[in-house]
Amino acid sequence: MAAINRDDVAHLAQLAHIEMSADELDRMAGELAVIVDSVKSVSEVAGADVPATSHPIPLTNVLREDVVGHVLTAEQALSGAPDAQGGRFRVPAILEED
Amino acid sequence: MTDLIKHSAASLAAKLAAKEVSAVEVTQAHLDRIAAVDGDAEHGVHAFLHVNTEQALAVAADVDTQRARGGSAAADLHQLAGVPIAVKDLIVTIGQPTTAGSRILQGWHSPYDATVVKKLRAARMPILGKTNLDEFAMGSSTEHSAYGPTRNPWDLDRIPGGSGGGSAAAVAAFEAPLALGTDTGGSIRQPGAVTGTVGVKPTYGGVSRYGAIAMASSLDQIGPVSRTVLDSALLHELIGGHDPHDSTSLTDPSTGLVVAARTGNVKGLRIGVVQELGGEGYQAGVLARFNESLDLLRDAGAQIVEVSCPNFVYALGAYYLIMPSEASSNLAKFDGVRFGLRTLPADGAMTIERVMASTRAAGFGDEVKRRIILGTYALSAGYYDAYYGSAQKVRTLIQRDFDAAFTQADVLISPTAPTTAFKLGEKLDDPLAMYLNDVATIPANMAGVPGLSLPGGLADEDGLPVGIQLLAPAREDARLYRVGAVLEEMLEERWGGPILNKAPELIPTQILEAK
Repeated sequence: MAAINRDDVAHLAQLAHIEMSADELDRMAGELAVIVDSVKSVSEVAGADVPATSHPIPLTNVLREDVVGHVLTAEQALSGAPDAQGGRFRVPAILEED
Repeated sequence: MTDLIKHSAASLAAKLAAKEVSAVEVTQAHLDRIAAVDGDAEHGVHAFLHVNTEQALAVAADVDTQRARGGSAAADLHQLAGVPIAVKDLIVTIGQPTTAGSRILQGWHSPYDATVVKKLRAARMPILGKTNLDEFAMGSSTEHSAYGPTRNPWDLDRIPGGSGGGSAAAVAAFEAPLALGTDTGGSIRQPGAVTGTVGVKPTYGGVSRYGAIAMASSLDQIGPVSRTVLDSALLHELIGGHDPHDSTSLTDPSTGLVVAARTGNVKGLRIGVVQELGGEGYQAGVLARFNESLDLLRDAGAQIVEVSCPNFVYALGAYYLIMPSEASSNLAKFDGVRFGLRTLPADGAMTIERVMASTRAAGFGDEVKRRIILGTYALSAGYYDAYYGSAQKVRTLIQRDFDAAFTQADVLISPTAPTTAFKLGEKLDDPLAMYLNDVATIPANMAGVPGLSLPGGLADEDGLPVGIQLLAPAREDARLYRVGAVLEEMLEERWGGPILNKAPELIPTQILEAK
């Protein structure tokens, strides 16, 4: 399995929408390499015949009546937003101008 | 009046019911204690990020009025009515800020209450305030809080554990008789161990997670923090039970826990010592106290057996793939649009993507960034099967280990944490060393089984608290209380009282002068 390097971290930071300085990328790459190395053994433990567990106590078909329950008002939902206008979240431009 | 803070929740409840004290007196005594010893980011215990003085006293006064009215109004009061409680700041509350220990949520107020908070309010328990934690519950020392660390009441230069160090320290410092915590890999039990308090991670789904800001949804669980086993049982019964707002909530009733704590008995019970959770890497004083507890349980009629869980050695590695994967997804919602902080990029195009990236850069601390990057890596194309997929298979193997162990034993036992509380700053630059604190607590989260940590005494080499962990099969939380209450009673008899009697006095004047 490939080790994680500085370019990987830069790419991952971009995917995760976290801006990182050059120093931060250097430090993070070093730390993550150690962590990834220590968890590598996990991929060698279980054979193909072992099923995956996603939830510790699986429940199926958890449904409720299709009626409106407790919902937040638009005002409540917007109360913690950094910017709002006319009952909506106000965001910066989605696309670059040019 | 000050000795009110030394009482257990059960004892306070009895005094309130007998009208020996008022809820206002009890609440004020704890608020006074917080004012005296909690200090701030630089001094004192610093267990609280927000103190809820007015609301707590108003609820207490309300309880007193209702009790004074007598008749059915008084009879309708919950047994914990008027007993104050602290709430981990990962759990949302109307009327108080919720920060999750993060800059990104500084000053944010939730528009709704968590289900567990609704239950506290319905029981009329005054909420004293919100307790400190590692940012988004990511850590084992509370040092990753954006608002400064909490300090261990046994030694203010040491960590109180994490992530729920604030809740454990508040209870250990007699600032609150009870607290709520959350446990994803040990965040209730490990702080309990290093502060000489009791903490319980219920069966996954036993307590609603609705309103607990999610880190790793398949591992997170809310649970009680207290100074006695019975107090945890009282709180656990109150907060447990089915909640339609949480699709992973179990429909089992939350009953039988208090009775189990009150009628503890281990005669004929098979208690399994997990071979893989001990020995190398465990401090000598931790193992010495652990072995003493085994002797006590044997004397009380329990049958001590050895069990092996060979796949537990892979639990930590698998956890550090599953938890960051789920965290990276859960934390995507902090985007500078819906909650809290928005930071604009210093220059260049002002697009939503760039605002998001600079908000998350400014709002998240190092450990949160590390875990988001690690999770993004483990989930990315080409690595998914090798990392996340493999970790989920290891999870199956850990569950099978538990299943096999529970055919040989009714409960399992181990030290809660490999060491006692270390010094603040000691492991901050070594993430891997920090992660090893949770080596004994993580398997329970991976399998969804319940776990309880209780004080097992003080290590000889440093005089600091050691935790004993009990584990039971899923849905058998009552067994933890049955065994925990017996062990607690025998240990306290040996010590001549609760372990916290041996903790050094926190001297308020020193904390104030230091400020």
